[in-house]
Amino acid sequence: MYSEKVMDHFQHPRNVGQLPDADGIGEMGNPVCGDIMKLYIKVRDDRIQDVKFQTFGCGAAIATSSMMTELVMGKTLDEAERVTRKNVAEALDGLPPNKMHCSNLAADALHKAIEDYRTKNAPPA
Amino acid sequence: MKKIYLDHNATTPVDPRVLAAMQPYFSEVFGNPSSIHAFGREAKEALERARGRIAHLLGAREREVCFTGSGTEADNMAIKGVAHSYRNKGDHLITTQIEHHAVLASCGYLEKEGFRVTYLPVDGTGRVNPDDVRKAITDHTILITIMHANNEVGTIQPIPEIGRIAREHGVLFHTDAGQSAGKLPILVDELNVDLLSLSGHKIYAPKGVGALYIRKGTKITPLIHGGHHEHGRRAGTENLASLVGLGKAAEIAETERAEESERLTQLRDALHKKITDRIERVFLNGHPTQRIASTLNLSFAAVEGESIILSLDMEGIAVASGSACTSGSLESSHVLNAMGIIPELPPRSVRFSLGRTNTLEDIETVSEVLPPIIERLRAMSPLT
Ligand SMILES: Cc1ncc(COP(=O)(O)O)c(C=O)c1O
Ligand SMILES: [Zn+2]
Repeated sequence: MYSEKVMDHFQHPRNVGQLPDADGIGEMGNPVCGDIMKLYIKVRDDRIQDVKFQTFGCGAAIATSSMMTELVMGKTLDEAERVTRKNVAEALDGLPPNKMHCSNLAADALHKAIEDYRTKNAPPA
Repeated sequence: MKKIYLDHNATTPVDPRVLAAMQPYFSEVFGNPSSIHAFGREAKEALERARGRIAHLLGAREREVCFTGSGTEADNMAIKGVAHSYRNKGDHLITTQIEHHAVLASCGYLEKEGFRVTYLPVDGTGRVNPDDVRKAITDHTILITIMHANNEVGTIQPIPEIGRIAREHGVLFHTDAGQSAGKLPILVDELNVDLLSLSGHKIYAPKGVGALYIRKGTKITPLIHGGHHEHGRRAGTENLASLVGLGKAAEIAETERAEESERLTQLRDALHKKITDRIERVFLNGHPTQRIASTLNLSFAAVEGESIILSLDMEGIAVASGSACTSGSLESSHVLNAMGIIPELPPRSVRFSLGRTNTLEDIETVSEVLPPIIERLRAMSPLT
């Protein structure tokens, strides 16, 4: 049911772990199935210099988390924000239809991490 | 890589003895059991021998056994058949929150027709309290349907006691024995049931056959109309070869059940012990003792079920999950939800279900393969 790419990312997830000195952290729970993802970003000159994730979830949740980190690594925050769940699913050669909801998680966690970084680094009013 | 199958609650392989018994009934003895000539008579005799074996397994009369096209059909037939026959007596049914979907969806369908259904809760081990059944009965109650053993966690319900309560109140009682047939004694007079469903492919017979026991005097409106098959209760030319297989499977189940249950209990408990010895924070779902021998349902803290299944699958080990994300269903397990397992999290679990194919060697292998998988997934998890 899963593509080879999904299984590869499930078995060998890229960028797993925590960033102790993260500049932004996004944590998301999936209300549909309860999967949980935590995404850490390190930002330098408005670019994602490093990214790591931790995921509690099904194969699709783990694979989309992993693929998301690959897609945004080195991107500017604006570029990274434009990465959608559809981009992630496509990069994985597709997801089963009943698993599409699992791919929201990675996109939502990324947006939250960027937002977290921006709030923390907002110029004083 | 040797493949290991630990999903016998989902389905079982056809036993070679069952297959051998079926073999002649495709091309040699192929008559229509309703035909009066020799071909038909020979087929009819085989069909009735199969019925006799099911009746024997149940301690019932042959006439009380109706063949169906699945366990699901038997459940539908019992529930809708009673509801439609006894509508003039009442409009209320009692069941539990942990039934198989065959029962829950049949009850849901009847609700749309205007029947009322009480879904009884279960305790943390998955058991229904017979007192709750008693309290739920009203003057309008026409049927109680409660499964004998649960497919996900294996918990056994106090069926004889519930049956006594049903009888005291003059209410018909159905049990879904899909998971208990071949694993527990299912004598209908000991269980105090009026209707009982079973499924072929859970007892090493083919898929697509089942049976419904209907106690003499119980009226059932048929689901399927047509010819006079099965005493007018279920039309359609009988699935002869598979039903011969069902008969043979029932015979084997009856002679080997006690010994096989003992063997499986030992294997299952060995698996449980090895897993808990090697992995921390593992929780048993289901009743510690009132549980069918096949079933070990475990939750591993901080790890989701499907990710464990996928990882084991890559090692050639087949298990099932009650996880929210399992393909095909977005719902979390209604059984674990009803049991109140891990209320703050959607219930995650892995079901190991053992059967005739398993050996102690399988158990060893699984308990060696599993710890590094759990370790890897825990290292990846944001939960602790
Ligand atoms: C408890 C229970 N009831 C009913 C069924 C349905 O049986 P079948 O697959 O033959 O329709 C099953 C099997 O999935 C079951 O486990
Ligand atoms: Zn998921």
